[in-house]
Amino acid sequence: MTLGTPRRAAWAFLLPALVYVLLFFGYPLVNNISMSLREYSVRSFYTGEAPFAGLDNYAAVLGDPLFGTAVLNTALFTIGSIFFQFTIGLALAVFFSGRFPGSALLRSLLLLPWLLPLVVSGAVWRWMLDQDHGVINAALRAVGLADGPTPWLTDPGWALPAVIIVNIWIGIPFNLVILHGGLRAIPASLYEAAALDGASAWQRFRHVTWPLLRPVTAVVLMLGLVYTIKVFDVIMVVTGGGPANATQTLTTWAYQLSFDGDFAFGQGAAVGNLLVLIATVFGLLYLRSARAALREEQR
Amino acid sequence: MTRYLRTAFGVAVVIVLLFPLYWMVNASLQPAGSLLKPSPDWLPVNGTLDGYRSALSTQGGHLLASLAVAAGTVVVSLIVAMPAAYALAQLRFRGVQAFVFALLIVQMVPGPVMANSLYTLFSEFSLIDSYAGLVLADSTATIPFAILVLRAFMLSIPRELSEAARVDGAGYWRVFRSIIVPVSRNAMVTAGLFSFLFAWADFLFAVTLTTGRAIEPITVGIYRFIGNQSADWNAVLATAVLASIPAAVLLVIAQRYVVAGVTGGALKD
Repeated sequence: MTLGTPRRAAWAFLLPALVYVLLFFGYPLVNNISMSLREYSVRSFYTGEAPFAGLDNYAAVLGDPLFGTAVLNTALFTIGSIFFQFTIGLALAVFFSGRFPGSALLRSLLLLPWLLPLVVSGAVWRWMLDQDHGVINAALRAVGLADGPTPWLTDPGWALPAVIIVNIWIGIPFNLVILHGGLRAIPASLYEAAALDGASAWQRFRHVTWPLLRPVTAVVLMLGLVYTIKVFDVIMVVTGGGPANATQTLTTWAYQLSFDGDFAFGQGAAVGNLLVLIATVFGLLYLRSARAALREEQR
Repeated sequence: MTRYLRTAFGVAVVIVLLFPLYWMVNASLQPAGSLLKPSPDWLPVNGTLDGYRSALSTQGGHLLASLAVAAGTVVVSLIVAMPAAYALAQLRFRGVQAFVFALLIVQMVPGPVMANSLYTLFSEFSLIDSYAGLVLADSTATIPFAILVLRAFMLSIPRELSEAARVDGAGYWRVFRSIIVPVSRNAMVTAGLFSFLFAWADFLFAVTLTTGRAIEPITVGIYRFIGNQSADWNAVLATAVLASIPAAVLLVIAQRYVVAGVTGGALKD
């Protein structure tokens, strides 16, 4: 096979991916916008009829009392998860960047929670958080931190903190790996110089590590945002959005509207498009920080 | 802090953070009755494999379904991603930046949006409740990632290598097949492993695109298992252990590929 000029060859090699992206991303995104503007129901799948409804779906979604709940929960879930994933991940990255026997092995073991299917982690935590038979309550009782069992998953006040804790656990390894990579790129000579100047461990972190890690930090936080906003499996398996919608986020709500209730595909699509909008904003911010990190890397 | 104190602290961190995994294995080995005692057994002293027996008999088919979907996703992802990565890394043409940008953006589309749209698309083409449908849906997540990881690797293959072959009269296809593919073996393993892992772990597409329950991957199996009121937790957790095997194998056998994948997909552009 001869493919002529480099340009033609390039497009020929790119063709399968291009077709795939257009068909499986381009079409769904456009279709989702069209769906959000139509009145879609189970019947529509048989009759093919989905009358144009203008912005009715958006009005219905925005007017739903669940909308405020879902937005607030999504925000709390995202901010809570990211803050603790990042600080714990960073602390561990700093700790494991020191040389000591077994460091690499221990660090790679810590990847396991991140590689497991989220449904598996969700199932395990659901069992651990069980009010009567869960090990978390048993442990809290054993060390005297709680007198009675905490209703982690059945009390609306505890459920959101509980799923956030689960998601923090899942996200620590990702933060650890990327930040560890960033730390290794900082030249050791800078630390030696700082030590010669009599800088304490905290001063070395504050004035060498932190500023030099900034581009990587930005990337980790932005990627974390983009991924955490759309977390679905964890919440679905641990609480299913309940109790009393206490853990309902935009993703679980979008799923419920489309698939798990009255098959209001139009409204599900409307919530989905709001999510796309939010994710795109953060996505563009991510791309800016990724470029900054890349430039930093190439210096 | 001396080196060994650091090791001890590191071990303590690992024990705390991996405790849920120990607990999963521990509970999966205990008789269903002793899981319901007021205070838990910290060790599986009266261990039983009943949970695993029950898991294999009720969830065995789901495990096989996941295996088929994951293997199919790896094949489709690599077939589509390899040539694209070659073009984006090694051939000069306008549009490289735009395409890479598009790949980064589409990775951020939230899952429920994809599921919603693919459901309508697939129902038109009778792809609901089919292996092909699940493989195609899972590939939407793995192909952009695979292209980015493979491209990041292929950027490091010196262009002189393929240009020399071109001078010797090899066509682009020949260069791709005889030079790029063999040299990229490690990156292909990385991209393939992650594609496998993603498809194996996928829950959203599995639960939305298999409404007829003719095909049910293991993630959906676990989900419905828990939803069942009389959830038999030692069997649920035995299933969870079985579903963790690919991740554990990957970590032990292919650890360096894992780190390459995490950083390759996230940072390079």
